[in-house]
Amino acid sequence: MNPVNAVSRANLARLTRHRLFWPVAVLVLLLVVNAVVTPGFLAIRVRDGHLYGSLIDILRFGAPLIMVSLGMTMVIATGGIDLSVGSVVAISGAMACYLISEGQGLAVALALSFGLCLVLGLWNGLLVTRLSIQPIIATLILMVGGRGIAQLITGGQIITIDRDSGYREIGGGHLAGLPVAVLIVLASVAAAAVLARRTALGLLLESVGGNAEASRLVGIRASGLIVLGYVFCAVCAGVAGWMISSDVSAADGNNAGLWIELDAILAVVLGGTALTGGRFSIAGTVVGALIIQTLNTTIYTAGIPPRTTLVFEAAVVTFVCLLQSPAFRAKVGRRRPGGPVPPPTDPPSADKKVEVPA
Amino acid sequence: MTEPVLEVTGISKQFPGVRALDGVAFRLFPGEIHALMGENGAGKSTLIKVLTGVYQADEGRMTLDGAERRVHDPPHAQRLGISTVYQEVNLCPNLSVAENIFIGREPRKFGRIDWARIRRRSAELLARLDLDLDVTAPLGAQSLAVQQLIAIVRAIDLDAKVLILDEPTSSLDRGEVERLFGVMRRLRDDGVAILFVSHFLEQIYEVCDRVTVLRNGRLVGEYPIGELGRFDLVSRMTGQELHDLEQLEEAAPAITRGRRLLALEGAGRTGAITPVDLEIHEGEVVGLAGLLGSGRSELARLVFGAEAADTGRVRVGEETVALRTPRAAIDRGIAFCPEDRKADGLVMDLTVAENIVLALQAARGWTRPLPPRRRDELVGEYIRKLRIQPPSPGTPVRNLSGGNQQKVLLARWLITRPRLLILDEPTRGIDVGAKTEIQKLVVALAGDGIGVLFISAELEEVLRLSHKVEVLRDRTLVAELANDGSLTPERLLGTIANGAS
Repeated sequence: MNPVNAVSRANLARLTRHRLFWPVAVLVLLLVVNAVVTPGFLAIRVRDGHLYGSLIDILRFGAPLIMVSLGMTMVIATGGIDLSVGSVVAISGAMACYLISEGQGLAVALALSFGLCLVLGLWNGLLVTRLSIQPIIATLILMVGGRGIAQLITGGQIITIDRDSGYREIGGGHLAGLPVAVLIVLASVAAAAVLARRTALGLLLESVGGNAEASRLVGIRASGLIVLGYVFCAVCAGVAGWMISSDVSAADGNNAGLWIELDAILAVVLGGTALTGGRFSIAGTVVGALIIQTLNTTIYTAGIPPRTTLVFEAAVVTFVCLLQSPAFRAKVGRRRPGGPVPPPTDPPSADKKVEVPA
Repeated sequence: MTEPVLEVTGISKQFPGVRALDGVAFRLFPGEIHALMGENGAGKSTLIKVLTGVYQADEGRMTLDGAERRVHDPPHAQRLGISTVYQEVNLCPNLSVAENIFIGREPRKFGRIDWARIRRRSAELLARLDLDLDVTAPLGAQSLAVQQLIAIVRAIDLDAKVLILDEPTSSLDRGEVERLFGVMRRLRDDGVAILFVSHFLEQIYEVCDRVTVLRNGRLVGEYPIGELGRFDLVSRMTGQELHDLEQLEEAAPAITRGRRLLALEGAGRTGAITPVDLEIHEGEVVGLAGLLGSGRSELARLVFGAEAADTGRVRVGEETVALRTPRAAIDRGIAFCPEDRKADGLVMDLTVAENIVLALQAARGWTRPLPPRRRDELVGEYIRKLRIQPPSPGTPVRNLSGGNQQKVLLARWLITRPRLLILDEPTRGIDVGAKTEIQKLVVALAGDGIGVLFISAELEEVLRLSHKVEVLRDRTLVAELANDGSLTPERLLGTIANGAS
C-alpha cells in the first residue's frame, strides 16, 4: 500500500465516523436522485434579481420546519420534548394576523405575537420544572389547548390580511436575491449556534440532559436552563408561525402547523441528537429538516403516487435511523472489515428506490 | 436440627473480569432465621440471585428438600417454594391490597375472577399476621412497612418454604422493624426458613439464629449467632487481619489544623442519619469509618446539601447556613465526589475537558463561559498534575478507566479551589497505582490547608490518611477517635462492631 493511499483511507474512515456524515450523505443522495429524475433540478436561475430554482424552494418551504426543529433541539437536549410547537405556530400566526387585520402596525403585531410566544414557552417550562410534569404530558396540554387559543383569537374564522401589508414579506419576500424566510433561518441558526457554543449554555444543557443527578450535584441550576429551552423553542415556533401565515396571507387556527411537531422531532433525531437528551447538534438538525423537506419535494417531482407517499417517507427515515444506530453499524461493519465507504450506502438505498414506485 | 431445606455447595459464578462467587456453600434449615453478611462485592446479592434463578451458577449443586434441583428463573423458584421480598417493594401501588396478594394467580369461577374469594382469603392471610386492613384499599395508601408485610404475605401464600428478605428494614422506623420481626419470628415458628439480609448489626443479633459470612466471593464461615461476637463478625466481614494492620507505618499525620471550616450541631435527617455533631478544620482529614449502610454516604450527602438536614444546625465558618441544595454548599467552598461515579458524578456523553470544567462553569453561570484559552490551560494543567490517561481533553470520558474517571472528578472540583473536599470511596474499584496517587493527593491537599472528609470501606486507608476518625454504626455517629498514635486498628474495629469504645 502506498502511504498516500493509507492516509487518505484513514481520513475517509474518520470522515465516515463523523456524526454528520450519514445525514449529509443521505441528503446528497436525495439531491442526486432528484437531479437524475428531474433535469434542471440543481439549476438556479435569476429572475427580477431574485434567485429561483428547486434548491431555493427547498430552503424556502423548509424554513418553518428548520425554525421549529431548531427550538426542538434545545428542548430535546435537556431530555424533554415539546409537542405544543404546532399549536404555537397557529397561535403566533393568528395573533399577528389578527392585530394587522385590526389595523395595528407591523411592529406592534410582531412584538405582541412574540411576547405571547414567550409566555407560552414559559408556561411549558414552568409546568415541566416547577410542577415536575413529564414534558410529553406538560406540552400535550398546550398542544391541545393551543388550538383553542388560536381559534379564540381568530374568532373561529380564517383571518385573511391585505397582501400589501409588510407582513407578506416574512414568508414571501426577497432580500438581496434570497427569500426573506431563508435569511431569517440563517440568522436564527447563527444566533442559536452562538448562544449554544459561545456561551456555556450548550455545555450545561448537555450536562443536564446527559445526567440530571450529576448535574444537580455539580451545582447546575437546571430549572432555569430548562425553562430557557422551552421559551427558545416556543419563540422559534412563533417565528415559523409568521412565515407560514405570511406565505398565504391568512391565519388558520385549525390547520397551521398541524403535525409539524412530529416532523420537527424527526428532524432532530435524523440530525443525530438522541431523544434521551444530552449531546445535541444544531447543524445536524438543519440537515435533518432539509432531508425531510427534500423528501417532500422529491415525492412531487419524481411523480411518486400520493398514496405511497407516507410509505416512501417511512422507508427513507427508517434507512437513516438504521445508518445512525451504533448496533446496526456494528453489525454491518463486522461483515465489512475494510473502510465502510459510500458503497454501503448505495445498494440498500437503490433497493428502496426500486421498491417504492412498485 | 433436622435436614436443611436448602443447601448449595461449590457455587461459582464468573462475570467478565470478576469472580463474583467462588465455591460458596450455604445451608438453610427449616424454622430458622439466617443472616447473610458481607461487605460490598462479597457476593451476597449474586448468591441470592443464584438461589432465585435470576442467574445460573457456572458450577455447583443445589438441593431443595433433599432433591437436587436447578432453578431456571424466578417464577420457577417460586414454584419450588423460594420466595423473595426485595428492599424496594415490587408490587403495584395502584392496585388494591387484595389484588396485589393474588396478582397473576387469581382464583376463578366460571372463567371470571372470583373477587369475593380474593377479598376473603386476603383478609384471612393478613389476620394470620395480626394485620387488620381494608383489603380493597390501594396498596399505595399503606405505609412502606405494611407494604413490605403484604409482600411477605403474598410470598408465603405461594407456599414458601424459603423466604428471602433482602434488606427489608433499610427504610423502616423502629416500631415498624419490631412489627416485621414479630412476623418473621412467627413464620420461623411455623417452620419457614428465612434468609435475612441487613446492614444493621443490632438487627442481626436481635432476630437471627445463625449467620453466614461471605467475603470477596468466598465463604468465610457459618456460625450460630450466639457464638460469634460483634467484633469477630466485623473482622470476618471486612477481612482485616489484625497483624496486617499493625504493620502499617506509623503515618499518623502531624496535626496542622487551622480554623474551623464546618460544624454540624445536631444535624440529621429522618430515615438517613441520626443527628450528628462534627467539626472539620482547615488542613484536617476527617475519616468516616463504618460498615456498608452504616450512614457514611448519608452523612457526606448531608454535609454537601445533596440531602438537606431536617434537624439541627450547620455552620460554615462562623455563619449558620441552611445547606438545602448542593449549590448552597458549593457557593461556600464545599466540593463532593460521590461514591457512584457513573450515576452521580460524570456526564458520560461529554468529553474529559467538558467534565473537568463543569463545576467551575456551573458556578459562573451559562452567560459567563470560561474563555477558551483559560479553559485549555486549566484542563491541561490538571490532566498533567493528576496524570490522567490518555492525556487528551477531547476523549469522551466514558472511554477512560475507573481510576482516570475518578481523577477527572477530582480535577473537576480542584479547579474550583474548594475549602472542603468530600471524597466518598474515591479509591474503590480502581487500580493500585491510581489508588496510591489519590491517597498522596489527599495528603498534599490537606497540607495546602484544604479540609477533607474522607470515606472509605478500607480501614487501613482511613487510618493512614485521617487526623481523626468518625465511626458510624446503624446510621448513628457512635464515636470520634483521634488518630494520634493511640488509635489502633483493633480499637477502630472494636468501635465499629460494638459502638462507643
